[in-house]
Amino acid sequence: MAETSSIPTERQETGAQEVTKQQARESGSEVTLRPPVDICEDSDGITIRADMPGVSRDRLDIKADRDALVIEGEVKIDMPEGMEALFADVRSTRYRRSFALSRELDVDAIEASLNNGVLSVRIPKRAEVRPRKIEVRTD
Amino acid sequence: MVGYLNSPGALFDEFRRLQTEMDELFGRWPSPVEIRSVGRGAYPAINVGATAEQVNVYVFAAGVDPKSLDISLQQNLLTIAGERSAMTEEDANYYRRERFDGAFRRVLALPEDADPERVEAHYQDGVLQITVQRREAARPRQIEVH
Repeated sequence: MAETSSIPTERQETGAQEVTKQQARESGSEVTLRPPVDICEDSDGITIRADMPGVSRDRLDIKADRDALVIEGEVKIDMPEGMEALFADVRSTRYRRSFALSRELDVDAIEASLNNGVLSVRIPKRAEVRPRKIEVRTD
Repeated sequence: MVGYLNSPGALFDEFRRLQTEMDELFGRWPSPVEIRSVGRGAYPAINVGATAEQVNVYVFAAGVDPKSLDISLQQNLLTIAGERSAMTEEDANYYRRERFDGAFRRVLALPEDADPERVEAHYQDGVLQITVQRREAARPRQIEVH
Protein backbone atom coordinates (compact mmCIF):
# COMPACT_ATOMS: atom_id res chain seq x y z
CA MET A 1 0.00 0.00 0.00
CA ALA A 2 1.76 3.09 -1.21
CA GLU A 3 -0.83 5.26 0.47
CA THR A 4 0.41 4.66 3.98
CA SER A 5 3.71 6.33 3.13
CA SER A 6 2.15 9.74 3.42
CA ILE A 7 0.93 9.57 7.01
CA PRO A 8 2.11 12.71 8.73
CA THR A 9 4.12 11.28 11.58
CA GLU A 10 4.38 13.17 14.77
CA ARG A 11 7.65 14.89 15.50
CA GLN A 12 9.51 14.47 18.72
CA GLU A 13 9.10 17.68 20.65
CA THR A 14 12.74 17.99 21.51
CA GLY A 15 12.67 21.71 20.93
CA ALA A 16 10.50 22.26 23.96
CA GLN A 17 12.97 20.54 26.21
CA GLU A 18 15.82 22.69 25.01
CA VAL A 19 14.11 25.78 26.29
CA THR A 20 15.45 26.60 29.71
CA LYS A 21 13.12 27.40 32.56
CA GLN A 22 14.34 30.98 32.53
CA GLN A 23 13.48 31.41 28.85
CA ALA A 24 10.14 29.76 29.41
CA ARG A 25 9.30 32.19 32.18
CA GLU A 26 10.21 35.12 30.00
CA SER A 27 8.03 33.91 27.21
CA GLY A 28 5.17 33.59 29.68
CA SER A 29 4.50 29.90 29.50
CA GLU A 30 6.30 26.75 30.52
CA VAL A 31 3.96 24.08 29.26
CA THR A 32 2.25 23.69 25.91
CA LEU A 33 -1.04 21.94 25.37
CA ARG A 34 -1.19 19.14 22.83
CA PRO A 35 -4.42 19.59 20.91
CA PRO A 36 -6.26 16.36 20.08
CA VAL A 37 -6.33 15.72 16.33
CA ASP A 38 -8.12 13.65 13.73
CA ILE A 39 -6.09 12.85 10.63
CA CYS A 40 -7.47 11.24 7.54
CA GLU A 41 -6.42 10.70 3.97
CA ASP A 42 -8.40 10.45 0.77
CA SER A 43 -7.18 10.12 -2.78
CA ASP A 44 -6.50 13.85 -3.15
CA GLY A 45 -4.87 14.72 0.13
CA ILE A 46 -4.78 14.72 3.88
CA THR A 47 -7.12 16.50 6.29
CA ILE A 48 -6.15 17.35 9.84
CA ARG A 49 -8.65 18.62 12.39
CA ALA A 50 -7.45 19.92 15.74
CA ASP A 51 -9.39 21.14 18.78
CA MET A 52 -7.95 24.45 19.89
CA PRO A 53 -10.67 26.12 21.95
CA GLY A 54 -9.97 29.72 22.97
CA VAL A 55 -7.82 30.46 19.93
CA SER A 56 -9.01 33.19 17.61
CA ARG A 57 -7.83 33.53 14.05
CA ASP A 58 -5.24 36.20 14.89
CA ARG A 59 -3.73 34.02 17.62
CA LEU A 60 -3.28 31.07 15.31
CA ASP A 61 -0.01 30.27 13.62
CA ILE A 62 0.43 27.54 11.02
CA LYS A 63 3.83 26.95 9.50
CA ALA A 64 4.67 24.45 6.84
CA ASP A 65 7.86 23.73 5.01
CA ARG A 66 8.88 20.70 2.99
CA ASP A 67 9.47 18.61 6.07
CA ALA A 68 7.01 19.66 8.70
CA LEU A 69 3.71 21.20 9.58
CA VAL A 70 3.60 23.09 12.85
CA ILE A 71 0.37 24.32 14.34
CA GLU A 72 0.43 26.75 17.22
CA GLY A 73 -2.15 28.89 18.92
CA GLU A 74 -2.58 31.07 21.96
CA VAL A 75 -5.65 30.99 24.16
CA LYS A 76 -7.26 34.27 25.00
CA ILE A 77 -10.21 34.40 27.36
CA ASP A 78 -11.75 37.30 29.23
CA MET A 79 -10.92 37.28 32.88
CA PRO A 80 -12.19 39.77 35.43
CA GLU A 81 -9.67 41.64 37.52
CA GLY A 82 -8.65 39.90 40.71
CA MET A 83 -9.92 36.45 39.80
CA GLU A 84 -8.79 33.44 41.81
CA ALA A 85 -8.61 29.94 40.33
CA LEU A 86 -10.92 27.40 41.91
CA PHE A 87 -10.53 24.57 39.46
CA ALA A 88 -8.45 24.04 36.34
CA ASP A 89 -8.29 21.31 33.72
CA VAL A 90 -6.49 23.63 31.30
CA ARG A 91 -3.25 24.86 32.77
CA SER A 92 -1.51 26.53 29.89
CA THR A 93 -2.43 29.01 27.21
CA ARG A 94 -0.41 27.70 24.32
CA TYR A 95 -1.23 24.88 21.94
CA ARG A 96 1.48 23.29 19.86
CA ARG A 97 1.75 20.21 17.74
CA SER A 98 3.87 19.31 14.74
CA PHE A 99 3.87 16.65 12.09
CA ALA A 100 6.51 15.48 9.67
CA LEU A 101 5.39 15.73 6.06
CA SER A 102 6.43 13.65 3.12
CA ARG A 103 7.39 14.74 -0.37
CA GLU A 104 4.22 13.94 -2.28
CA LEU A 105 2.26 16.52 -0.30
CA ASP A 106 1.89 19.95 -1.85
CA VAL A 107 2.92 22.30 0.94
CA ASP A 108 2.26 25.40 -1.15
CA ALA A 109 -1.36 24.50 -1.54
CA ILE A 110 -2.23 23.99 2.13
CA GLU A 111 -5.51 25.53 3.20
CA ALA A 112 -6.66 26.12 6.73
CA SER A 113 -9.80 27.29 8.43
CA LEU A 114 -10.80 27.90 12.02
CA ASN A 115 -14.36 27.47 13.21
CA ASN A 116 -15.46 27.62 16.86
CA GLY A 117 -12.04 26.55 18.03
CA VAL A 118 -11.70 23.70 15.54
CA LEU A 119 -8.81 24.05 13.12
CA SER A 120 -9.08 22.25 9.78
CA VAL A 121 -5.99 21.92 7.63
CA ARG A 122 -6.13 20.43 4.17
CA ILE A 123 -2.88 19.31 2.55
CA PRO A 124 -3.42 18.31 -1.06
CA LYS A 125 -1.22 15.77 -2.79
CA ARG A 126 0.83 16.94 -5.73
CA ALA A 127 -1.06 16.51 -8.95
CA GLU A 128 1.41 13.96 -10.30
CA VAL A 129 0.87 11.57 -7.38
CA ARG A 130 -2.90 11.67 -7.36
CA PRO A 131 -4.34 8.43 -8.62
CA ARG A 132 -5.32 8.78 -12.24
CA LYS A 133 -8.51 7.25 -13.33
CA ILE A 134 -7.78 5.16 -16.37
CA GLU A 135 -10.66 4.97 -18.73
CA VAL A 136 -11.26 1.67 -20.40
CA ARG A 137 -12.65 2.15 -23.83
CA THR A 138 -14.86 -0.35 -25.45
CA ASP A 139 -15.28 -0.35 -29.15
CA MET B 1 16.61 40.75 28.81
CA VAL B 2 18.47 43.32 26.73
CA GLY B 3 16.13 42.51 23.87
CA TYR B 4 13.16 43.50 25.97
CA LEU B 5 14.75 46.84 26.84
CA ASN B 6 15.33 47.63 23.20
CA SER B 7 11.70 47.05 22.33
CA PRO B 8 9.60 48.71 25.02
CA GLY B 9 6.42 47.63 23.26
CA ALA B 10 7.10 44.04 24.20
CA LEU B 11 7.19 44.94 27.87
CA PHE B 12 3.66 46.24 27.79
CA ASP B 13 2.16 43.73 25.49
CA GLU B 14 -1.34 43.43 26.83
CA PHE B 15 -1.81 39.93 25.60
CA ARG B 16 1.39 38.67 27.12
CA ARG B 17 0.24 40.09 30.43
CA LEU B 18 -3.11 38.35 30.23
CA GLN B 19 -1.50 35.13 29.19
CA THR B 20 0.97 35.20 32.05
CA GLU B 21 -1.90 35.92 34.39
CA MET B 22 -3.85 32.94 33.21
CA ASP B 23 -0.84 30.66 33.32
CA GLU B 24 -0.13 31.72 36.87
CA LEU B 25 -3.74 31.63 37.88
CA PHE B 26 -4.60 28.19 36.61
CA GLY B 27 -1.09 26.76 36.64
CA ARG B 28 -1.23 26.18 40.38
CA TRP B 29 -3.23 23.13 41.10
CA PRO B 30 -5.18 22.96 44.32
CA SER B 31 -4.95 19.67 46.12
CA PRO B 32 -6.81 17.53 46.93
CA VAL B 33 -8.34 17.24 43.50
CA GLU B 34 -12.03 18.02 43.14
CA ILE B 35 -14.18 14.86 43.32
CA ARG B 36 -15.97 15.52 40.01
CA SER B 37 -12.84 16.37 38.07
CA VAL B 38 -12.09 14.22 35.06
CA GLY B 39 -8.88 12.79 33.70
CA ARG B 40 -6.61 14.50 31.22
CA GLY B 41 -7.94 14.82 27.74
CA ALA B 42 -11.59 14.47 28.70
CA TYR B 43 -14.07 16.57 26.79
CA PRO B 44 -14.76 19.32 27.57
CA ALA B 45 -12.00 20.67 29.80
CA ILE B 46 -13.19 23.21 32.36
CA ASN B 47 -11.56 26.00 34.32
CA VAL B 48 -13.33 27.86 37.12
CA GLY B 49 -12.28 31.14 38.62
CA ALA B 50 -13.96 33.47 41.08
CA THR B 51 -13.94 37.04 42.25
CA ALA B 52 -15.87 38.45 45.21
CA GLU B 53 -18.78 39.29 42.87
CA GLN B 54 -18.96 36.40 40.46
CA VAL B 55 -17.91 32.91 39.53
CA ASN B 56 -16.56 32.40 36.00
CA VAL B 57 -16.70 29.02 34.38
CA TYR B 58 -14.74 28.43 31.16
CA VAL B 59 -15.73 25.35 29.22
CA PHE B 60 -13.22 24.48 26.49
CA ALA B 61 -15.71 22.94 24.08
CA ALA B 62 -14.46 23.40 20.53
CA GLY B 63 -16.81 22.72 17.66
CA VAL B 64 -20.06 22.64 19.57
CA ASP B 65 -23.33 23.96 18.23
CA PRO B 66 -24.33 26.40 20.99
CA LYS B 67 -27.96 25.37 20.45
CA SER B 68 -27.13 21.82 21.54
CA LEU B 69 -25.91 23.01 24.94
CA ASP B 70 -27.98 22.40 28.03
CA ILE B 71 -26.76 24.37 31.01
CA SER B 72 -28.47 24.22 34.38
CA LEU B 73 -27.66 25.40 37.86
CA GLN B 74 -29.43 23.73 40.73
CA GLN B 75 -28.42 25.39 43.97
CA ASN B 76 -24.67 25.44 43.46
CA LEU B 77 -24.43 22.42 41.19
CA LEU B 78 -23.73 23.39 37.61
CA THR B 79 -24.48 20.86 34.89
CA ILE B 80 -23.28 21.32 31.34
CA ALA B 81 -24.50 18.86 28.75
CA GLY B 82 -24.31 18.87 24.99
CA GLU B 83 -23.28 17.08 21.91
CA ARG B 84 -20.29 17.41 19.67
CA SER B 85 -19.83 15.88 16.27
CA ALA B 86 -16.23 15.29 15.24
CA MET B 87 -17.32 15.65 11.56
CA THR B 88 -16.15 12.39 10.03
CA GLU B 89 -15.14 12.37 6.39
CA GLU B 90 -16.58 9.65 4.28
CA ASP B 91 -14.37 7.70 1.88
CA ALA B 92 -11.30 8.62 3.87
CA ASN B 93 -8.80 6.50 5.70
CA TYR B 94 -8.35 7.59 9.32
CA TYR B 95 -4.94 7.45 10.98
CA ARG B 96 -5.82 9.24 14.17
CA ARG B 97 -9.11 9.88 15.91
CA GLU B 98 -8.35 11.67 19.11
CA ARG B 99 -11.13 14.23 19.02
CA PHE B 100 -14.22 13.67 21.08
CA ASP B 101 -17.38 12.61 19.26
CA GLY B 102 -20.79 12.31 20.88
CA ALA B 103 -22.72 13.47 23.91
CA PHE B 104 -21.08 14.86 27.03
CA ARG B 105 -22.14 15.91 30.50
CA ARG B 106 -20.12 17.50 33.22
CA VAL B 107 -21.18 18.52 36.71
CA LEU B 108 -19.36 21.04 38.85
CA ALA B 109 -19.89 22.25 42.38
CA LEU B 110 -19.65 26.04 42.45
CA PRO B 111 -19.24 28.08 45.63
CA GLU B 112 -22.37 27.81 47.79
CA ASP B 113 -23.33 31.44 47.29
CA ALA B 114 -23.71 31.12 43.51
CA ASP B 115 -27.03 32.69 42.50
CA PRO B 116 -28.98 30.45 40.07
CA GLU B 117 -31.14 33.44 39.14
CA ARG B 118 -28.27 35.41 37.70
CA VAL B 119 -26.41 33.32 35.18
CA GLU B 120 -25.14 34.36 31.76
CA ALA B 121 -23.48 32.26 29.12
CA HIS B 122 -21.81 33.01 25.84
CA TYR B 123 -19.83 30.96 23.36
CA GLN B 124 -16.87 32.27 21.41
CA ASP B 125 -13.89 30.65 19.66
CA GLY B 126 -14.90 27.28 21.09
CA VAL B 127 -15.01 28.44 24.70
CA LEU B 128 -18.28 28.59 26.58
CA GLN B 129 -18.05 31.18 29.31
CA ILE B 130 -20.64 31.00 32.08
CA THR B 131 -20.80 33.88 34.53
CA VAL B 132 -22.68 33.30 37.77
CA GLN B 133 -23.21 36.20 40.17
CA ARG B 134 -22.67 35.54 43.86
CA ARG B 135 -25.21 36.58 46.47
CA GLU B 136 -24.57 39.94 48.05
CA ALA B 137 -24.42 38.65 51.60
CA ALA B 138 -21.39 36.55 50.89
CA ARG B 139 -19.28 39.43 49.68
CA PRO B 140 -16.78 40.87 52.07
CA ARG B 141 -17.98 44.28 53.18
CA GLN B 142 -15.57 47.12 53.07
CA ILE B 143 -15.64 49.00 56.36
CA GLU B 144 -14.49 52.54 56.07
CA VAL B 145 -12.74 54.30 58.88
CA HIS B 146 -13.77 57.91 59.21
